Amino acid sequence: MTVQSLLFQAIDGLAAASGLFFVAAGLSLIFGVTRIVNIAHGSLYMLGTYVAATIALRFEGALGFWGGVILTAALIGLFGAVIEIVLLRRIYRAPELFQLLATFALVLIINDAALWIWGPEDLLGPRAPGLRGAIEVLGRRLPTYNVFLIVIGPLVLLILHLALAKTRFGRLVRAATQDREMVGALGVNQGLLFTSVFALGSLLAGLGGALQVAREPASLLTDLIVISDAFVVVVVGGMGSITGAYLAAVIIAEVKALCISIGTASIAGVAFNFSKLTLVAEFLVMAVVLIVRPHGLLGRRQTVMRSLAEPEEPLRPAPAALKAVGAGVVVALALTPLLARSQPYVLVLGIDVLLMVLFATSLHFIMGPGGMHSFGHAAYFGLGAYGAGLLVKWFAATMPFGLVAAPILALLGALLFGWFAVRLSGVYLAMLTLAFAQIVWSIATQWGELTGGSNGILGIWPSAPFDIRSAFFLLTAALTLLGVLLLRRLLFAPFGYAMRAGRDSQLRAEAIGIDVRRVHWIGFAIAGAVAGVAGGLFAFAKGSISPETIDVGRSIDALVMVLLGGIQTLTGPIVGASVFAVLQDTVMRQTEYWRALLGAIILALVLLFPAGIVGGLARLRLRLVRP
Amino acid sequence: MITRVPLIALVAVAATALSASAFAQDTIKIGELNSYKSQPAFLEPYKHGIELAVDEINKSGGVLGKKLEVISRDDGGNPGDAVRVAEELVTREGVNILAGTFLSNVGLAVTEYAGKNKVFFLAAEPLTDKITWQNGNKYTYRLRSSTYMQVAMLMPDIVAAKKKRWALVYPNFEYGQSAVEAFKKLLKEKQPDAEIVTEQAPPLGKVDAGAVAQAIDDAKPDAIFNVLFGPDLAKFVREGNTRGTFQNRFVASLLSGEPEYIDPLRDEAPVGWLVTGYPWYAIATPEHKAFLDAYQARFHDYPRLGSVVGYVTIKSIAAGITKAGSTDTDKLIVAFENLKVDSPFGPFVYRASDHQATMGAYVGKTALKDGKPVMVEFKYVDGAAVLPPDDEVKKLRPAGG
Repeated sequence: MTVQSLLFQAIDGLAAASGLFFVAAGLSLIFGVTRIVNIAHGSLYMLGTYVAATIALRFEGALGFWGGVILTAALIGLFGAVIEIVLLRRIYRAPELFQLLATFALVLIINDAALWIWGPEDLLGPRAPGLRGAIEVLGRRLPTYNVFLIVIGPLVLLILHLALAKTRFGRLVRAATQDREMVGALGVNQGLLFTSVFALGSLLAGLGGALQVAREPASLLTDLIVISDAFVVVVVGGMGSITGAYLAAVIIAEVKALCISIGTASIAGVAFNFSKLTLVAEFLVMAVVLIVRPHGLLGRRQTVMRSLAEPEEPLRPAPAALKAVGAGVVVALALTPLLARSQPYVLVLGIDVLLMVLFATSLHFIMGPGGMHSFGHAAYFGLGAYGAGLLVKWFAATMPFGLVAAPILALLGALLFGWFAVRLSGVYLAMLTLAFAQIVWSIATQWGELTGGSNGILGIWPSAPFDIRSAFFLLTAALTLLGVLLLRRLLFAPFGYAMRAGRDSQLRAEAIGIDVRRVHWIGFAIAGAVAGVAGGLFAFAKGSISPETIDVGRSIDALVMVLLGGIQTLTGPIVGASVFAVLQDTVMRQTEYWRALLGAIILALVLLFPAGIVGGLARLRLRLVRP
Repeated sequence: MITRVPLIALVAVAATALSASAFAQDTIKIGELNSYKSQPAFLEPYKHGIELAVDEINKSGGVLGKKLEVISRDDGGNPGDAVRVAEELVTREGVNILAGTFLSNVGLAVTEYAGKNKVFFLAAEPLTDKITWQNGNKYTYRLRSSTYMQVAMLMPDIVAAKKKRWALVYPNFEYGQSAVEAFKKLLKEKQPDAEIVTEQAPPLGKVDAGAVAQAIDDAKPDAIFNVLFGPDLAKFVREGNTRGTFQNRFVASLLSGEPEYIDPLRDEAPVGWLVTGYPWYAIATPEHKAFLDAYQARFHDYPRLGSVVGYVTIKSIAAGITKAGSTDTDKLIVAFENLKVDSPFGPFVYRASDHQATMGAYVGKTALKDGKPVMVEFKYVDGAAVLPPDDEVKKLRPAGG
């Protein structure tokens, strides 16, 4: 490694930064104005790569490629507009974050649609006509297409910047980013504004995808890879700041390029391969930035957003009928092992459902009554699972010790991460928790000597008497019940009231002597510990634990379960988790295109129950009782 | 915090469970699980291979006079889901034979499940050596040549090339790590003066291809050992071609001759790389010809390596059951010891010592023909020729059996 090679990698990194910037800019715009966490943004990007590659292969030559890029961007923009009008517009009045569910369903559907249209094999588009070669820089060959990308990134940034600063549309976008309600009150057609912003954001995603065709194949795996990168860039740059997004894209691309060009270096005599760090580099950058600058590099503190949804009703203790149903469920759970004599699979699925119930309830505890939208709850599930697994692996511990270690490690992790997280709010808190979760995941993946790397830890089986399925089921049921009731009890204790007060009005809560940060911190830690119990049980139920079990997908699953059930009710996460777990298990068996089917069902539920399943049922009952 | 819906859910579970328990006595069920959604490029052809094998077997009278039925499931691409799916197949569908899996870590988790629950498992595709060695157990057999075998197949040509300075690039998960470990071990044995000048381990599916290709070029190696596959490989090749990373360098690459990975590269496919793969268009043996014709007649498409793996997986199980004369797990395990199977690649056996099949692979050089990637100067390397002897293997299998 020489200075020249470092410098060259730095120049090269700018090309990667441009690619990141296109996706991130669109995501940032959409979030800034509509407050939708659009998980499907990566899917739009993926569609962009497929459409552009198809056009460029069909119509060869310069027109096919460059015309295809422009046409693709326009098509994806149009598609975005359709999504906004047909789907999202119907659910703006739902509780916050609920739109995330709809976009999650779109991710599933779009991915299967792409599989159906383009087939399973990667689709490699042609190289860019006119830009196939390379130029000599610092004695190395820099692809001319990268030069083009290095230029086009800042160019698009300039155009967007001018459009936002100088045009009426731009002023409206900026105004809506700052105070959406005020813009509405001043008589601006919000519907049109939202649709056009969503279309513009989608267009940028499509453009970003189309421009990557010359560099990489269209593949069904890109959607989720891109979305996580894009979120990081947006948050590091500051939500709603286009310039910030570019700056963040450059920083992250450069850090990665640096890691790769250093390669293996020895630190204090120990050889360390820096190229392995690329996985976690962006999340480390994000965590550091958010801790130092809570609103990103160029982001501003956001005004408090009044949700468009109806205000949440206060929590009430369970009425007699609900208690009776609860008692019924307990009896049913206790009797399940009898049913399982003829249907042993009931126990297998039952354990999974119960674990998801416990996991989702622990997330709901901080997300609903705590108002802390954690996007990285998998971290504590994972710490619990690994806590149990490591004890078994390294100390040959039996299950009871493993199950004690699980919540302890999760609690410690939640105390550490929560201390930083509760200093933020809203989407920044969500992203910091995500960053922590990804850091835990990367450690599990990369520290092979301790954690077994991608294989994880094998051979974590329950000890007697729980090595019999029915006994393990009863243990799971008992611990789940205990966890759920404990969290519920806490919510009706002074602690729970204090936590909710802090969520609803930080100022007033502090005025009456509540240390909001401390209360939220403790709440965060408790939720983490309970998720750890679920993780520990999970490891023993499966006999193994590996990094995929705790990746970003599990965090999203947890969010989906809470939102599906209804965030404003206490029974919501239980119902949501049960429905989601059973649905996923059933749907995976039914059809080759099970993801699309799952997406379609979630979409139907989203449109039918904009307040979640339990919320929807409660409203229905209200309407029946009081006509 | 408890409502009626979990009850409904439980009832629904019970109902679906009951409805599926109708059990036909005249079929033999095989539970098959794989990462169909996360690895479709390999696994769609694989599924076709399975269908073809099941049809052929059932048309010729089935196994032990019974029809073969394969129940396929998506394993979700991760070990946790895979274990649940395996349990579902065993407890709900009542199978006692499991087969499949692609990713090494998923394969290992199912291996572990099979050993613990005493279920027969034929690992079809996962390549890690651990499935048959360190984590091997009595109940698990494996079909595909392991990473060690694949590397060992390339080794004679690697040593003959006499290159001193090596660059390594591999996806940073079990398969890549295990391949590089085998490569380093064998290189040290066979060519002690070789050194490794750079090692790039990008995350699976997320290679920053330009930077990686550049870093390798900067290290000025004489030769490159590549383990990337899928979209990672396509990106790496394109960037490397533009930057001249492969110019005047000897490249040895695992799996890159498999149609599922090299065909998407079309006319940009690398030329002159030493690879393992599957040149379906040029294998002249009668057993391969028969397979090729049957496959093309049925699917109007050419087979990928996945097709062969799926096909032979089912043929192996059928042969095992026939030899055992029953589907009893213990008898099946014994029957698989030294079981001889006829495959499109010719006959091979399942070794009794480590439960590894000796089905080999084709080793050759990549080339372009009419703008399409092909393998030339290839030869078939029998797996038995590259596996360590039985007494050495015994030491590698702590669990034995």
